[in-house]
Amino acid sequence: MTAGDTDLKTAAVPKAPRVRREVHHIGLVAALVLLALVGVVTEPDNFATSGNVAGILALAATIGVITVGMTFVIIGGGIDLSVGALMALASVWATTLATQSYGPVVMVVCALLVGTGAGLVNGLLIAYGRLVPFIATLAMLVAARGLAQRMSDRKTQLVRPENDAIEALSTTKVLGLPLVVFIFAAVAAAGWVLLNRTTFGRRTFAVGGNPEAARLAGIDVRRHTLMSYALSGLCCGVAAIIIMARTTTGSSTHGDLYELDAIAAVIIGGTLLTGGRGTLAGSILGVLVFTLITNLFILNGLQTSDQLIAKGAIIVVAVLLQRRGLRAPT
Amino acid sequence: MSEHTSDRPTTPSRRGLLFGGALAAAGTLAAACTGNDPKETTPAAQTGNLGGGDNAKPGRPVTIGFSAPAADHGWIAAITKNAQAEAKRYSDLTFKPVEPTNDINQQISAVESLISAKVNALVLLPNDGEQLNQVARKAMDAGIPVINLDRVFPDKLSYRTWIGGDNYGMGVAAGHHVGRRLKEKGVAKPVIVEVQGIATLPLTQERSKGFADALKTYGFSVTAKQDAKFTVETGNQVASNLLQAHKKIDALWNHDDDQGVGVLAAVKQAGRKDFFMVGGAGSANAMREIKSGGVLEATVTYSPTMAASAVRVARLIAQGKGMADLMELQVPQSLTLTSETVTRQNVDQYLPLGFES
Repeated sequence: MTAGDTDLKTAAVPKAPRVRREVHHIGLVAALVLLALVGVVTEPDNFATSGNVAGILALAATIGVITVGMTFVIIGGGIDLSVGALMALASVWATTLATQSYGPVVMVVCALLVGTGAGLVNGLLIAYGRLVPFIATLAMLVAARGLAQRMSDRKTQLVRPENDAIEALSTTKVLGLPLVVFIFAAVAAAGWVLLNRTTFGRRTFAVGGNPEAARLAGIDVRRHTLMSYALSGLCCGVAAIIIMARTTTGSSTHGDLYELDAIAAVIIGGTLLTGGRGTLAGSILGVLVFTLITNLFILNGLQTSDQLIAKGAIIVVAVLLQRRGLRAPT
Repeated sequence: MSEHTSDRPTTPSRRGLLFGGALAAAGTLAAACTGNDPKETTPAAQTGNLGGGDNAKPGRPVTIGFSAPAADHGWIAAITKNAQAEAKRYSDLTFKPVEPTNDINQQISAVESLISAKVNALVLLPNDGEQLNQVARKAMDAGIPVINLDRVFPDKLSYRTWIGGDNYGMGVAAGHHVGRRLKEKGVAKPVIVEVQGIATLPLTQERSKGFADALKTYGFSVTAKQDAKFTVETGNQVASNLLQAHKKIDALWNHDDDQGVGVLAAVKQAGRKDFFMVGGAGSANAMREIKSGGVLEATVTYSPTMAASAVRVARLIAQGKGMADLMELQVPQSLTLTSETVTRQNVDQYLPLGFES
């Protein structure tokens, strides 16, 4: 870390909000604890079991990994609407009979390359083609789903028995947790280090906070933007591997509306939609809050429509609290 | 910044190399991996018997229009495929399908184009019966008989013949299988769990009602039900939560074999073997599972072969013929398929009719 970097950071992110961010996390942690308490009280026999906790984390893994990428894009001042579609496309591409004939390793590499490749296209369109991120990634959403449908002939593609190493990622358990949970943890940890301990992360904040200032400070804003969308695409590729492991399929219907879930998790995690400020831990907590709600509702036998209402209410409350937090101390 | 500017000259080239390599690899993979096995089997066409009497013999040449939703689901994909395969079997039949779509507006204009093309009969699976009622009525008014496939039009003036599945009957078939099996096992107070499709659809509500009604005849009731969205992913998500909620389950009915792939994966991941499962629709994959003797014990059909039957019926109507096995000189106004139960005993017979999900 050099003096120049520190200056840049303090310029883009004033000291005060940092404290408030911590406070916001306390709110999210409190929400998690509260939800857990509700679970323990309403379903004492089923909620606080190791099996249920493992189940919740495994469910959170796909959307969680995607949210890590989304956090970078949003802090960098962009948005990525194509994440769900990219995951679907990567899962389909990796499960075509042709790909499957090369074995599980190629399937994994294929998913990662497809995700990253599509993310690069997003990035090129936005950074060098000067398209608005909303429009470029919206176009990618539609096109990637279309391609996934065409490639799979709109069928559900099963992972073939000889490639059951893929499925083993979710059936093999270490310390009571399926491997996909460790993938999620590894991606989250890597994301945290990248955001908070590297120049790449610092530049992400700078570019999102004020791209012009970032450019004057010598950052190649366009290249950085390209990289952050590629990163988001890579995360979609990882998520595709997890969804293949969990469902044993690739399908163009995977990841429906994931873009909204991921954006919602990032927002309730305290990241500004306008960019320049945010935390990865908040986003992960946001994902866990949503997954926990789904789990609680199903344990208690409540309908999905009520879940949606609860999720909507939580987004509004979280953002209202966030705005209060921003105003109050000054 | 200084340390980064210092090593800049070297890094881009290294990265460029890596990046280029990755792109090249992606290119090779792309070329290698896009292909799916091209061999297409149309089982319905191979096994179905041609209609009785001399109906199969070439008659007056007719043109039949066909419109269905775009397939985002194995079942709908099988509908279009079965219709096409059936049409190919008749030399006197010209098949005129329009681009499938999930947009109501587009389907309306597609049907309008078939009306102005003056087809002799129209096979129509609407995205929504209520919303396409008007345009179906328009076809009937123009003298084109409409064969309404599965999703029914509310107005009987809008179609000549309806052919479709029995959602209530599907629930009944599943309920009877579950009830009978549990009685055999002598389970007193069974835990019966239901994974539904989209809960707001009338078809889902009918399936659930049939299931509950049939179970009632055995003195059983559904312990818990939860809705998925007909996709593998939602099936997996809902089932893995439901399995957590119920430590002991005796029977599970899943409404749909497509989402059933996700349900089965969830069962496997949870390592549960305490219950048996019944599926719905009758996909080839589900039948293979039944044959291999896993947790999935049976499935109740809602067969997309109905599309092939609809084309057959449309041809007869357009040619003014009746159904050879019936007394009447004309095709009946309504044909409801019965939901058949596929188990390990009869699975070999049904496998050719199963659709690839």
